Amino acid sequence: MLSRIAESLFWIGRYIERADSTARILDVQTQLLLEDATVDEARTCRDLLSCMGIEASDAAGQGIDFFGALSIDQVLRLLAYDTGSPSSIAATLTAARESARGARETLTVPLWEVINTTWRPIPSGHFETLRPPYVFQWARERAALITGTADATMTRDEGWQFIVLGRSIERADMTSRLVATTALSGGAGQWTSALRASGAYEAFLRTYRGLETDRAAAEFLLLDRLFPRSVVYALSRAERALDDLGGDPRRAGFQDEAHRLVGRMRAELEYRSLSDLVDDLPAEMERLQRTCAAATDAISRRYFAGAEAVAWKGVGV
Amino acid sequence: MSTMFEGYGTSGPAYDEMFDGAELRPPYLRMRDSLDKMSTPELISRVEALQASYLDQGITFDIGGEERAMPLDILPRVIEQEAWTTVERGVQQRVQALEALLADVYDAGQVFTDGVIPRGVITTSSHFHRQAATVRPANGVRVHVAGIDLIRDNAGEFRVLEDNVRVPSGVSYVITSRRAISSALPETIAQHRIRPVAGYPQRLLAALRAAAPAGVADPTVVVLTPGVYNGAYFEHTLLARTMGVELVEGRDLVCRRGEVMMQTTKGLAPVHVIYRRVDDEFLDPVHFRADSMLGCPGLIDAARAGNVTLANAVGNGVADDKLVYTYMPDIIRYYLGEDPVIRNVDTWRCGEPEAREEVLDRLDELVLKPVDGSGGKGIVIGPRATRAELDELRGKVLDDPRAWIAQPVVQLSTVPTFVDGELGPRHVDLRPFAVNDGNRVWVLPGGLTRVALGKGELIVNSSRGGGTKDTWVLAGPTSPEQQQQQQQQVVQQDRPTRSASSAPAAEESEV
Repeated sequence: MLSRIAESLFWIGRYIERADSTARILDVQTQLLLEDATVDEARTCRDLLSCMGIEASDAAGQGIDFFGALSIDQVLRLLAYDTGSPSSIAATLTAARESARGARETLTVPLWEVINTTWRPIPSGHFETLRPPYVFQWARERAALITGTADATMTRDEGWQFIVLGRSIERADMTSRLVATTALSGGAGQWTSALRASGAYEAFLRTYRGLETDRAAAEFLLLDRLFPRSVVYALSRAERALDDLGGDPRRAGFQDEAHRLVGRMRAELEYRSLSDLVDDLPAEMERLQRTCAAATDAISRRYFAGAEAVAWKGVGV
Repeated sequence: MSTMFEGYGTSGPAYDEMFDGAELRPPYLRMRDSLDKMSTPELISRVEALQASYLDQGITFDIGGEERAMPLDILPRVIEQEAWTTVERGVQQRVQALEALLADVYDAGQVFTDGVIPRGVITTSSHFHRQAATVRPANGVRVHVAGIDLIRDNAGEFRVLEDNVRVPSGVSYVITSRRAISSALPETIAQHRIRPVAGYPQRLLAALRAAAPAGVADPTVVVLTPGVYNGAYFEHTLLARTMGVELVEGRDLVCRRGEVMMQTTKGLAPVHVIYRRVDDEFLDPVHFRADSMLGCPGLIDAARAGNVTLANAVGNGVADDKLVYTYMPDIIRYYLGEDPVIRNVDTWRCGEPEAREEVLDRLDELVLKPVDGSGGKGIVIGPRATRAELDELRGKVLDDPRAWIAQPVVQLSTVPTFVDGELGPRHVDLRPFAVNDGNRVWVLPGGLTRVALGKGELIVNSSRGGGTKDTWVLAGPTSPEQQQQQQQQVVQQDRPTRSASSAPAAEESEV
């Protein structure tokens, strides 16, 4: 497979997952602000933006004062509607479609069409007329449609592994952001919302027999081995994809840098004590995001012939 | 007359392919009957579904960076079997003559010595590339794919308007429009026996594989595209996908020791045949434009060394030069010893003093075309031009007469077209595609019909507001008596003998 195509597929996986997870995070946060009048809107918005990698200078570029009275509407512009803001759902879906266009001959026809039809409302202006919370639901559904179409139509060759790899790394990264924003926001019941946004609330209740604590919720989102959106699950899936791609024949250790980084992160999460982990969740999560960025670099160097990797801003590597 | 076609007014000298005055021409009999059963609102809703399906599938072309859906008219154009036989023979003959011409001008140049065409006409062409001189392609083919643009004059006779042997485009719309029309008009298509177009990619792949450098048993074929911002990018992806080969950009390729490789996730992999959709000038910054980012340094040397085949070959542009076009009838007679099956449109060469004088006298009634232009760029239609435009044109022709040819205003034939909710005659041309695998020249039964959507408009290029039509080449005769005859033949051939394979629908015509 061409390096350029492999890179496009990897990023399609990442962008679609990013749009999906951004919608989930925004869903939680907008609900929190609506339900709990005691929450400090400007502070919550600021925390949210920095968790999503948006800095004061990025906000200023969109004419928004990062340290002023931030409102949720401004956040929605930056993270959902504005194609000029690279972290927005609109921009992410556009980027996914651009990648798909450049790799069109390798995508299955249904997959290309479902990505293309997802993108079409954005330039036509229809996307902007969708309001929260409906827009989040729309984004989640489109992502599910794309992921499902890929799953149902792609052969399990290298291309598929790159899509899965991109998706898994992005999911680990984004779930960590969901956990970090949730830990930072002060409102009551925010963990319930985070679980709901991940579609995990009922599964969580069943697993923990109705004993709902913040600690347990964080544990579920981070460490559950069976829940597909948990960090540990996503990291193991990435490891498997790397294994299928590289097939390390060595008896000891791993030669592949990305494999080593991802594996070490997963082991660390799994083997550290929970109290240690939840002690400073935002800092832990930032470390995890940095590992994801480093793994992406390693993958680019090995498979994409050193093509430049697009990194999240705000996670200095 | 029918409801649907009531009020369809043909006027002027142009040949209408569906109606002869008020009389329906036989090839369109079944189409009229089946469309008559449909109401106009029904047709409109199908047109809308057709457009939406093109956008969803991303069947687009680029104008100035903006992606637009290719406008596909819902009414197909029908070409009867007999007329097609002429087209097919004419195109095959043309491609063979063009091959012979290219092989000659880049080698011994007999055609100059024998005085058929002045050497200067070839060597002053901006598409004459010395890099192509004395290169002998692996299977002798330089024109792997050709698109010969035809029109029908006022008498309905096909004429050649221009040859395209560099990177002719548009074949993807032929393939996709057939699929789109068959879902838009299933009952109409069921009434016809139409020769299929879906086999094109396999033909092309076979021709490309046949062109591989000597000694390569299982060649790797790739399609080279300038990238997603190229107007024909959709076509490049479609061809790569349907041939099952990689679509590469210049930056995916590297040349090492005269061999071409592509960068893959498992390291460098060799490439043997490049179906390139990049113009000569951008192919290789070492030999051509140094600022080109679209090609790959070393490509031309690799091709000259015979390690990789470029399809179409470099330097083909001399043969589809509009000035060389004017010599084509003589060239055909010279190499093949036959008269042209399809005639040229009458043409004056402004480079010749007498012709130039006549052209300058009659500027306001002729069409002037720059010899190395494409896509309808720079064409001036005399009767439509203003005084000032004509004066400017006169200056240009006097400055560089070699750069211009003149033709009479030919009214392209018209076909009923559905525009703004009603049917009206619109002008069309036809680009049949030919694939040369070295043994035979195969002509795709159909080809690209481009239609000028503006009323009375004569320029059909998509970059100038043109659309396309699905082109149906009928597999059997069309008049009732002929059909009866054919049925008898079919009955006779129904017996399980080997002769059944020579039924009228058989695809090939051997060259």
